[in-house]
Amino acid sequence: MAPTHATPPHPETAGAGAAVAEPVPVLEARSVSKRFPGVVALDDVSFALRAGEVHALVGENGAGKSTLIKVLTGVYQSDEGEVRVSGQPVRFARPFEAQQAGISTIYQEVNLVPLMSVARNIFLGREPKNRFGLIDFPRMNRETTELLDGFGVRVDPKRPLHTLGIGTQQMVALARAVSVQAQVVIMDEPTSSLEPREVETLFRVIENLRGQGIAVLYVSHRMDELYRICDRVTVLRDGRHIHTGELAPLERMQLVSMMLGRDMAEVRRDGLTGFAAEGHDAARTPVLTAKGLNRRHQLHGISVELYAGEVLGLGGLLGSGRSETAKALTGALPLDGGEITVDGKRLGRPTPAAAIRAGISMLPEDRKAEGIVPGLSVRENIVLAAMPRLSKAGIVSRAKQDRIVDIFMKRLRIKASSPEQKVGELSGGNQQKVLLARWLCLEPKVLLLDEPTRGIDVGAKAEVQSLIDELAREGLAVLLISSDIEELIEGADRIVVLRGGAVAGELAGDEVDESRLLEVLADHTPDTVNHTPDTVNRAPGAVLADRTPDAGPSDRTPHAAPGDHTPEPGGKAPAGQEDPR
Amino acid sequence: MNKTQPATVPPAEAPAPLKSAPSRPEPRPERSTGSRIGALVQRQGVLAVLLTVILIASFVYPTFASVDNARGITVQASFLAIVALGMTLVIITGGIDLSVGSVFALGGVLAAWASPWGFFAALFVPLVVCGTIGLVNGLLIARANMAPFIVTLASLLAARGILLAFTDEGATTYLVPKDSAFAELGQGSVWGFGYPILIALALFGAGGLLLQRTSFGQTLFAVGGSSDAATLMGLPVARTKILVYTLSGLLAGLAGALNAARLSSGVTIVGVGMELDAISAVVIGGTLLIGGAGSISGTLWGVLLLAVIQNLINQIGSLNSSYQSVVSGGFLIVVVVAQRYLARSRRTT
Repeated sequence: MAPTHATPPHPETAGAGAAVAEPVPVLEARSVSKRFPGVVALDDVSFALRAGEVHALVGENGAGKSTLIKVLTGVYQSDEGEVRVSGQPVRFARPFEAQQAGISTIYQEVNLVPLMSVARNIFLGREPKNRFGLIDFPRMNRETTELLDGFGVRVDPKRPLHTLGIGTQQMVALARAVSVQAQVVIMDEPTSSLEPREVETLFRVIENLRGQGIAVLYVSHRMDELYRICDRVTVLRDGRHIHTGELAPLERMQLVSMMLGRDMAEVRRDGLTGFAAEGHDAARTPVLTAKGLNRRHQLHGISVELYAGEVLGLGGLLGSGRSETAKALTGALPLDGGEITVDGKRLGRPTPAAAIRAGISMLPEDRKAEGIVPGLSVRENIVLAAMPRLSKAGIVSRAKQDRIVDIFMKRLRIKASSPEQKVGELSGGNQQKVLLARWLCLEPKVLLLDEPTRGIDVGAKAEVQSLIDELAREGLAVLLISSDIEELIEGADRIVVLRGGAVAGELAGDEVDESRLLEVLADHTPDTVNHTPDTVNRAPGAVLADRTPDAGPSDRTPHAAPGDHTPEPGGKAPAGQEDPR
Repeated sequence: MNKTQPATVPPAEAPAPLKSAPSRPEPRPERSTGSRIGALVQRQGVLAVLLTVILIASFVYPTFASVDNARGITVQASFLAIVALGMTLVIITGGIDLSVGSVFALGGVLAAWASPWGFFAALFVPLVVCGTIGLVNGLLIARANMAPFIVTLASLLAARGILLAFTDEGATTYLVPKDSAFAELGQGSVWGFGYPILIALALFGAGGLLLQRTSFGQTLFAVGGSSDAATLMGLPVARTKILVYTLSGLLAGLAGALNAARLSSGVTIVGVGMELDAISAVVIGGTLLIGGAGSISGTLWGVLLLAVIQNLINQIGSLNSSYQSVVSGGFLIVVVVAQRYLARSRRTT
């Protein structure tokens, strides 16, 4: 087992910069498409990875990053197009075959066996054998220690994996991936659970891999990391390839605008959303106050105030803590610290039941997994959460149910053949409305909407958007999370922008426009904002004015004035692209 | 790794961060004595309980500590032990095999039926049939993604049904020819230890090597510990599951055949509820029912503990032998509670 001698047959000189003649890419996807029922996850995506480069793969939620990785590593098979390894077409039926071809992957969630020892995890499937064909444990443990020493990790190889910290587990996964004689190492958000010190170790390892001519595909949403270690970048959006090129000359703002599909020079407020142009009259005292929400690795002191009659947008890139914040507010995500107050009353220990009783309702991001019960009827789905209110001594009044269901089906314009139709048979937009009805019949004070229009067609989208508008006008406090930047800007009266699990800024009034939002989204402070809680724990709700000005030697991409540049994002980014799902 | 790196990366080209000595944040952890004892108890706790019970019983009931009695207990236990060996492997993968009791009985009847054609026929027929039942279980579970509980519950019923059809609902009893080589396999002995005991011990030795020292064994743990991770690591998950259920069927069939040889006939009513005894023995032996952890030796002690308890209750005499199940059940609960407690205390240390 001499992992580092696994240098692939290509010469060391084929480094990142030396591109006189285009070398044959080690790993290549050609016009790859992948469809799932109702969704085109990848649409004609081509992409090439050269030996000895660190290639960033970026994109928002649903952009197709994970699907692309899974096609490249044999977890999924593409519907169209082909994958090539060193110029040879291949078709991986299983992850094992991809690994045989020298592609090894570190998944975002640690994919090792928790109960097995560190050494066994690293050598699973390729254990060193002694001359009797039995596993040679002393050798295995020795090699594990040597391997991990190279990563600056000192740990007893016999220790069960689950007794280690999550960061150390990630390093073990990394050690496994690197030691399998790989030509290509794919890392899917490897730093999401690492401490800053471990991130440094990871970067050292990546530099080493690059030095050995191994190609690294690096998926992350942390801009600082990308600019520190990546040579080139590929941007995906809505399952399509948007851009591939050198990373250094590309400005952060350009990169973010490509990820979000928004052309910055473009004029906004073109009425593509269903929101009315004017804002809402918000009340003076907040309905919902959250102070200093803390959760290890995810939220760092987030404070939010939400007033009756307003739509508050919660912006941020993928992984910024948007959904986590919303989940924390509904008690679905256990917190390490912070408090939540509704109408002046503090939620003792936030649980979903306590939050619902206090008047907080949430429309979850993943409709299928967390919301609708497809086998039940429209009526049953609507009254599900309201059962306790509609029943006396455990007996549910059918008459009351029918009345409520009738009201909401009319009000939300739910298109179903009858209240008894199964929800699973409805379109995505109507399913979303059924869910909305479910929460509205609880008469909430606060409504949290996590990606309310994702995956529904354009018409239904506009309808849901105008519904949100109406609800706020009627005095409901609405928190809107959306990665559709247009929806956020036109729908929200105020926008709180999150970055790295902390509040990065707040836009109110005239500030709510696209270039300002993009600026805050892309911004970074010279410090590593993302993973040092100390520097992140700034004054809650820090407004744009007191942001650290962009300066310092580490800042490679000083901001140009908004609108100063017109990026050409791959030439195929329609202004208001519609959701392909 | 760190020894080889400088060779491939010339120092001049080494990236700057490499020059700084790698931080050694996590000092090599010394496991506390307490947790080491905890680990030992979890691994060999059943053995301690078993020895304690044997020791006390030897003082209280002089008849217990006789060579004859020991022979009786171990021969009785050897059949359950062989079945429980297969069950251990299945449970380590996170599955369960409820069919073993019926397969055990079927194996016995088939062996007795085939015994007039000679020694090898008497072993071959039950092994083929029972192995096939295990294979079908495995295929349904691994390839058709069905729940092991359901699949093996169905084959429990099916195997029992085949047995009844084969014996005219139990009216026909096939006999093993007296003084045949096959009867000798069940009844003969070396230095007073019956062949079934020796076979069981040999199988446990082989099973221990298979589990601890081969890639197949490691894959069993990986599949049980995290099936998704095992798949993503490129391990042959489906093949492993199919193999393990086939093995379980084979072992149950072999145990049934040996039992028939010992009894000289294919008794149809044996094996009812045997799957539960086997599962109890496995769990008492420290194997986690959710899979991913366990040992062969623990199962052996678990089987012996169950057998000793049964024997003791017979020794007491005045106690209704039906209480045996109550005592066995009690032990099961105590062991599982202790396991959970130990697992928690080890996690926190």
